[in-house]
Order: sequence, then structure tokens, then C-alpha cells
Amino acid sequence: MLSLIVFLPILAGLVILAVPSSQKQIIRIVSLLAALAQGVLAVLIWRAYDPSLPGITASPGGSPLGSFQFVEKLPWISLKLGGFGSLNIEYFLGVDGISVTMVILTALISAIGVLSSWTIQKQVKGYFILYNLLASAMMGCFVALDFFLFYVFWELMLLPMYFLIGIWGGPNREYAAIKFFLYTLFGSVFMLLVMIGLYFSVIDPVTGNHTFSLVAMANQANYIKSAILGPDNVMWRFIAFAVLFVGFAIKVPMFPFHTWLPDAHVEAPTPISVILAGVLLKLGTYGMMRINFPLFPEVFHASMYVIGIFGAINIIYGAFCALAQQDLKKMVAYSSISHMGYVLLGLAAGNSEGMVGALYQMFNHGTITAMLFLLVGVIYDRAHTRQIDKFGGLSSYMPVYAAIVTVAWFASLGLPGLSGFISEAFVFVGAFSSVTTRYIAMVSVLGIVFGAAYLLWSLQRMFLGKRKPDAAYDLEVGADGHEHIHFHDWKGKIDLDARELTMLVPLVVITIFLGIYPMPILGMITTSVNRLVEVLTPLAIR
Amino acid sequence: MFELPSGAEIQSIIATLNANIGFFIPEIYLSLLFMLLIVIDLVAKGRKNNLLSISTLIGLAGSIFFIYQQHHLPAGEIFFGMYVLDEFALFFKYFFVLAGMLAVVITMADEQFESEVKSMGEYYALIIAMVIGMIMMASSADLMMIFLSMELVSFSAFILTGYFKRNPRSSEAALKYLVYGAVSSGLMVYGFSLIYGLTAQTNLISISSEFSIHGYDPLLMILATLLILAGFGYKIGAVPFHFWAPDVYEGAPTPITAYLSVASKAAGFALLMRFFYIAVPHGGPVYEDILGINWVSLLILLSVASMIYGNVVALWQKNVKRLLAYSSIAHAGYILLGIIVMDAFGTQATLFYLLSYFLMNFGAFYVVILIANKTGSENLEDYRGLGKQMPLAGAALTVFLISLVGLPPTIGFIGKLMIFSALLAKGSIYLWLALIGIMTSVISLYYYMLIPLNMYLRESPGSEEKSMNPGLIANIIMAVMMFLTIYFGLFFQPLSDFAKYSSPMFGLKLN
Repeated sequence: MLSLIVFLPILAGLVILAVPSSQKQIIRIVSLLAALAQGVLAVLIWRAYDPSLPGITASPGGSPLGSFQFVEKLPWISLKLGGFGSLNIEYFLGVDGISVTMVILTALISAIGVLSSWTIQKQVKGYFILYNLLASAMMGCFVALDFFLFYVFWELMLLPMYFLIGIWGGPNREYAAIKFFLYTLFGSVFMLLVMIGLYFSVIDPVTGNHTFSLVAMANQANYIKSAILGPDNVMWRFIAFAVLFVGFAIKVPMFPFHTWLPDAHVEAPTPISVILAGVLLKLGTYGMMRINFPLFPEVFHASMYVIGIFGAINIIYGAFCALAQQDLKKMVAYSSISHMGYVLLGLAAGNSEGMVGALYQMFNHGTITAMLFLLVGVIYDRAHTRQIDKFGGLSSYMPVYAAIVTVAWFASLGLPGLSGFISEAFVFVGAFSSVTTRYIAMVSVLGIVFGAAYLLWSLQRMFLGKRKPDAAYDLEVGADGHEHIHFHDWKGKIDLDARELTMLVPLVVITIFLGIYPMPILGMITTSVNRLVEVLTPLAIR
Repeated sequence: MFELPSGAEIQSIIATLNANIGFFIPEIYLSLLFMLLIVIDLVAKGRKNNLLSISTLIGLAGSIFFIYQQHHLPAGEIFFGMYVLDEFALFFKYFFVLAGMLAVVITMADEQFESEVKSMGEYYALIIAMVIGMIMMASSADLMMIFLSMELVSFSAFILTGYFKRNPRSSEAALKYLVYGAVSSGLMVYGFSLIYGLTAQTNLISISSEFSIHGYDPLLMILATLLILAGFGYKIGAVPFHFWAPDVYEGAPTPITAYLSVASKAAGFALLMRFFYIAVPHGGPVYEDILGINWVSLLILLSVASMIYGNVVALWQKNVKRLLAYSSIAHAGYILLGIIVMDAFGTQATLFYLLSYFLMNFGAFYVVILIANKTGSENLEDYRGLGKQMPLAGAALTVFLISLVGLPPTIGFIGKLMIFSALLAKGSIYLWLALIGIMTSVISLYYYMLIPLNMYLRESPGSEEKSMNPGLIANIIMAVMMFLTIYFGLFFQPLSDFAKYSSPMFGLKLN
């Protein structure tokens, strides 16, 4: 089942390869079908998922494979190495509470991204092949339980993303694409060394060989005491933790490694921004929860406050930057940085409340930011500009659009009743109740105020008031005597059309529903998060 | 001075030669092929067809059969310790023959030959000569034999580099290659003479046992290894013996560039490994190094310098062949990392890396030729918009370049993974080398991606959207190489097992 959900898009990509490039509609429909099939599988996984099993790693007395679900485990490569035993790599997939929500999110955002890509006119065939490759790689990252396999998927994301930004992006796309590529590669190559080091330090309890299995690595009992990353090598373990953390933090992106994100977002086409903000950034924090923290719990415990401080910087710095932006998309990009700061803060709290909040925030940020970028794309398609001060009074001419924008903007600033509120509340409850992060949390609360400031201010400037003199559109008095808005060379519907509504309405529904009744997600994740917290807490404190 | 051998001695020499001739069949076969090609050229003179290239291809393919037969023979020295047959040598025999075949295939695709040269007769014969020379390099167990085989390769390479006689760049490249080659051979022979002076032996195994019995003067030893490294370093194109590489790679006919960058480099590595692993002592309480410097530290220096210099200078290149030349210098540095660890795992990693380099570098040069056929240029700027005009070539080149960077899921990633694993298996002493390797490969991403950047992200200056098809056979070859690059990146077991099988060298036991 997991193999299918991972490789469906690649299969679709192969089908598209055989379709002549003039058949644009067929190409789009094949991609959409693959994404919908992924969605159906995600729903099946959601329904069949047993929330009482913790996953993460082997529990005492349990199976050494841990209580993962939908597990697929096949030997992939078993090499004899000169003088060094053997190299064993497994094709090992499975989900637990941490990854299952991300799988659902990825399927959802992928499908919405395909719909949003409908307007791409340039080199449609190449676009959808790369898009499907990217979708497969993202899904693969979330379900891979073998570090080697994870790394392959992780690096596989880079090339399609490079081309998707670089070919279909805005005017400054070359710079943004290579910057994204270099930044993320820089983070991940060092991960490669840590991966090799971990391999030499961990023994699979079942076979007695070295292993790449993340399940085995998350259990400190499987480490060789004197190995390079074994428990005796305190310094190397610390360095390895830091290297992994930077690698993942670049993806999050965490200050000061965030500078690629605004460039990438501004240049990327709308669907790619949606994917980037909706799924890719989550991989950073997911990697921390799956790999970085459980493999080095004692280092995590010692550096919680550092992570918390970086989270707070992200929250406040991101909000300040967003406040200063003239470009709407850049503002949303910085708000993304700010909101990922909450995830970091929740993780740094190190307790169940904070971690649940962080994971829930990852899901909510995925849906809300996807919505924000889609909405930015809607107005950019019509006006060909994203400058906030080129708009004004839009709410009277595009009421549906304005309504959805309001929901999305309020969800983003954490209004009670919308999903963002619950996750941010959990993060703060967690951060306050942890001694380490209490004061950091107090400072971080300011982020909410600034967040409200930039969101409300932009809402006011764009949607309320009257048309500005240099606005990106004209007003015409129609036959019915009312004023109508007119965008230059925009032939389509002024307000949202059916395709745009199909993308946005499900996200709005999810945001409202999860804001009122969060249990469908929380119920799935709490057992695993509790187990994760247990793994992360040193024995002395437990 | 010399006593003439008696009749009985001559009898025994001839008997040994006769007995050993069975171990030498692939080389004899290839020598016959060399002569046959000259005859074919004479007979078929003036006819414009593929007779020569096809017979070269078939002939080389035939030699694989004879090499395969040698697996049944026991490993050992032949011809009075001049020559050796072992799994390590067999690996390189396959390697060079396959590389020769690919060079022929690439030559057939290169349209520049039609305009530049009238006769291809010597060309194919010289490729065969080069294959023989390289096979002998990989199998030499004696200083004399090492020198002879290296010169055989060098002289063939000089002529082939200058094969476009009327093209000044090609002639310039040949001359540069010759001058650098002569100087470095001279230095190497001087180093050999020092070794001979120390031991009175020319056989590598005898040299080693001589050293272990009588010890040596560390100063002389380091001087000798330094001089010899000049010869080997020239062959593998490592900094600071790399100066010929960019000009030669740019000026030579592209198939020759591809062949030199892969096979000649591999031959240099084969020789380097055999010489240093077997003949020269390293470390241990018996052998005092001067200031802790021995040949391993020299290799580390070479490796680090190559990785940094090759990758950094490549950033400024505007010509694709030149860019690949600097990348090949950098790759020499990566391959040296596998030799430095000096264990069976390291040898396996080195051999695997050579295989991966074979595939991705030949692939890249092949696409460069196909593109040059259509556009007549190897400049980065003229690659603009090619992704649309030659979709398969663009995709294939991107895959090869990604593999050269070392990103999954390609064979180049596995090559780097093996090398770095071999380094880290030694604990943390070589960690810093792995770090340099990793950081320079991030740098390499930038210049490798310049090519896809021009192909895909920029529009071609001409507004016409003509598609250029390199032809069915070229497309198939390209697609197969691209497929293999990815396939072996995911399922690398057979290649890796073969590399492991090939790592034992006669006269050496690495743990």
C-alpha cells in the first residue's frame, strides 16, 4: 500500500513520457488521476490506521521492528565489503503517528497542486513529469524507515524542484533555483557523513549486522559503545547532532539559514510555492522528529533551549520581515518562516503538549499556507502584480475571494475556531510548562501580535477602502449601473472560478473543521508523540 | 662484463617463456588485431565506410572472450617476474577493452572526423595500441615493464591527441602533452633509478622484501617516491601534475578526450596502487619516516589539492570540455581518497568509483559530441535552449552530471558513498578528508548545473524552435547509458561484488 502511494506519481510520470507533448489535457488528467488515487489511498490509510500503536522505535518487550503500520520490508542491497563484513540496505517503509498525518497532508497538497498547475502553459509535459517525480520523492521521505532510502528520496526532491523553479519561475528564477539547490545540498551532504557514521555504530538486534534502519537507530541499546557515534563518543555525537540539525533546519527554514526561502517562493510558480510551503518545509521538522532527536536524545535534551531560542527568533524575525514586505507573496513567505518557528518552539519544549502542538501545527501550516499561496496566485494571475499597495477595496468587487482570504488570513493569525489557533495554543501550553522554554515562550507570544499586525494591515490595504489611483485594475460602470472591476488582459471570471474554488474550498473546510474538532488528527498522533517524548527523555529524569 | 648464457640456460629461458605464453593470450591477440587493422586499412584504402571501426569493435569484443578465459588461471608472476596475472589486472583488462570499444563507438558518432581527417587507418590501430599498453600497465610487476608500458600508452596518446593535423588547437594539445609527458617520465625514471640503487632489484615484490630486510634511508626514499609520483600523477591528472589536462582535453578529438580522461586515468591508478601497495613500505615500527612523511601523506596532499583546485577552477570555465577537464582533476582527488585508506575496502571502493566514473564520464562526453555535431560548438553559451531542441540528449546529460556531482539515485552517489564509507570505517582519523570531499562536491554542483541551466533555463538566441535529432543509434546508446547510470545507482550489488572480487593483488595481503 505504501509502495503504491509512493510510486503512483512516478508511474504517472512514465505514462506521461509516452504521451505526445501536444496532448496537454491528457497529461494534466493523468497527473490528476494519479494524485486523486494517492488521495484515495491516503484516506484508506487514515481509516485503517490504528491510533493505539506508538511506532517510533521498539518498545521494551515488543518487536524489535517497533509497532509501525503498513510495514513493507524487503532486502534491497546486501554487499560484501572488503574486510568489513557487509553493507545491508533495506527497502523499509512504514508509518506511525508522526508520519501518517504527513502522508495525508502530502496527498492532499499534491492533488491541489495538480489542480493549481492547470494554468501552466509552457512545456506542460516536462512540467508534469518533474512534478510527479517531486510528489513521489516527498511521499517517499515520509514513509521511509531506512536512513539510506530516506536519503535517496530526500536528495531526489532537489533536482525536480530546481527545474520547477528554474524553468517555470519568475524573472529572477535562475538565481533562486541555484540558491535553493546549493543551500539544501549543503545541508544534506553532511547528513551523508552522519549516515555513514551511524551505520558503523548501530547493530540490528535481529540480524546482528550493521544497519541503516531508523527503527534500530532510535533505540540506544543497539549502539556499539565505542563506535564513532556510540554512547562513549560524546563529542562526535554532539557534532553529528548539530550537523543533522543544520541539515534539517535549512529545510525548515530556520534563521539564519532561511534566506533561500523568500527568493524561492517569489520566483516559483504558484503550485510549486504551494508544494514548497505545504509539504517541503515540513520535511525539515519531520526529519528532526524522526531522525535528529530520537537518535541523539541526550544531545537533544542538552540543547533544547538553543532550539527554543532559534524558534523564537524565527517567530519574531519572520513576523518583522513580513511586516516590511511590499510584495504579498514575500509577506506570505516570511509568515511561513514565522509559523515554522512555532513548530521549533513546540519541539524544543520536549513535552507531549509541545510536540503534539508542533506536529499539529505542521499539518495546519501545510493547509493554511497552501491556501495563502493559492490566494496570492489568484490575484497575481489577474493583475500580474503582487504589490500590496496596487490594490484597494477589492472586497466589494470580488466578494467570494475576499471571504476566503479573510478565513485564510485569520486562520494564519491564529483566530480561535480555526485550526491554527489550536496548534499554536498547544505549542504555547507546552512551552510554558517546560522549565527550559518558559521565558522563551513569553517572548515568542509577541510574534502573535506582530503576526496579527501584518496580516490585518495587508487585509485592510488590499480589500477595504477604495481603489487607489495607481491600482492594477480599472473600474467600469456596467449596464446594471454598478461598478465592475476590470483587469487588463484577463479574460476569465473576475471572482474565483470553479477550478479555484475546487482547490480552496476543501482547505477552508479542513481549516474550520479542525479548528472546531481537532480530534481526527490529534487522536492519531498522541500515542506516537507520547512515545517519542519518552524516548527523548533521559533515563535520569524519566 | 656480462657472461653469455650457456646453452642450457637459454633452453630453460625458452622453456619458461613457452610455459608462460598461455598467460599472455589477450595481449597477443590484441597485438595481432593491431597489425590486422593496418592491413585492412591498406586493402580498403579510399573506401568510405565503417569497415575499420566495425572490425575494431568486433576485434575488441573478441578479446573479452580471451580475458574471460584467464579467470581459470592461477594468479602469479610470469616472464621472470616482469608481468603478473591476478584478479586486479583482469578487472582493468575488461575496463580498458570496454573503454576502447566505447571510444570507437563515440568516434563513429563524431562528425568532426569527417571534416578534419582523410584517413582513419592509424587512428583505430593506435587505439588498440593504447589498450594493449594500458593492459600492460595494469599487469606490470617490474620497474622496466612499468616504464615500457607507460611509454607505449603515452606515445599512442600523443599521436591521437594531435590527430586533427590541420587544427592548431589539436596540434598544440599534442605538443603540450608530449612535453609534459617527457618531463614527468624523466622524473619517474630517475625515481626508479634511486629505488634500484637502494635495492638492486627491479621486481616490485623483490624490492619490497629487500626493503623489509635491509631498511632504507628515509630521505632518499621520500625523494624517490616524490619523483615517481610525478610520473603517476601525470597519468592520473592530479594536482600539481595536471597542467596538461585542460589544454589537452580541450584540443584533442573528443573521443580521445573521453578515453584519456577515463582509461588513461584508470591505468595510472592501477599502476599507482600496485606500485605503492606492493613495493614501497609504509608506516609500521620498522620503517622510520622522516618527519612522519611517507607516500601516504604525499597522496593525501595530492588528493586534497586536486579536489579543491579542480572543483574551484572549474567554476570559471566557459567551455564544456574544459569544464569536464577540471572536473576530471577533481575526480582524481576523490579516487585517491580510496587508495589512501589502504585496505581491501578502500581498494573495492576505488575500483567501484572507477567503474562509476567510466559510465558517467563517457556518457557526458558522448552527449557533448552529439551536441557539437549539431551546433558545432562546445561553448557553454551555445547550450542555451538545447533542452527543448534535443530532449533526450539534455535529459541524459543532466543525469550524467548529477551522477558526477554524486547525487542519488545515480551510480556516482554510490561511488562517493563507498569512498566515504571506506574513510569513515577507519574511525575519525580520515574524517577531515571526507569533509573536504563533501564540501568540494557541493561546490561542484554549481558548475555542473551550469550546463542544465543553459540547456533548460535559458532560451536559445535564435527564435526558431527547430528540433535536432542525433539519430536512432545515438539515441539508443545514450538512453542505455542513462538507464545504466540510474539502474546501478539503485541496484549496485553486481558491480560492487565484481569490484570486491577484483581487489586482491598478487603479492599483497590487505586486511
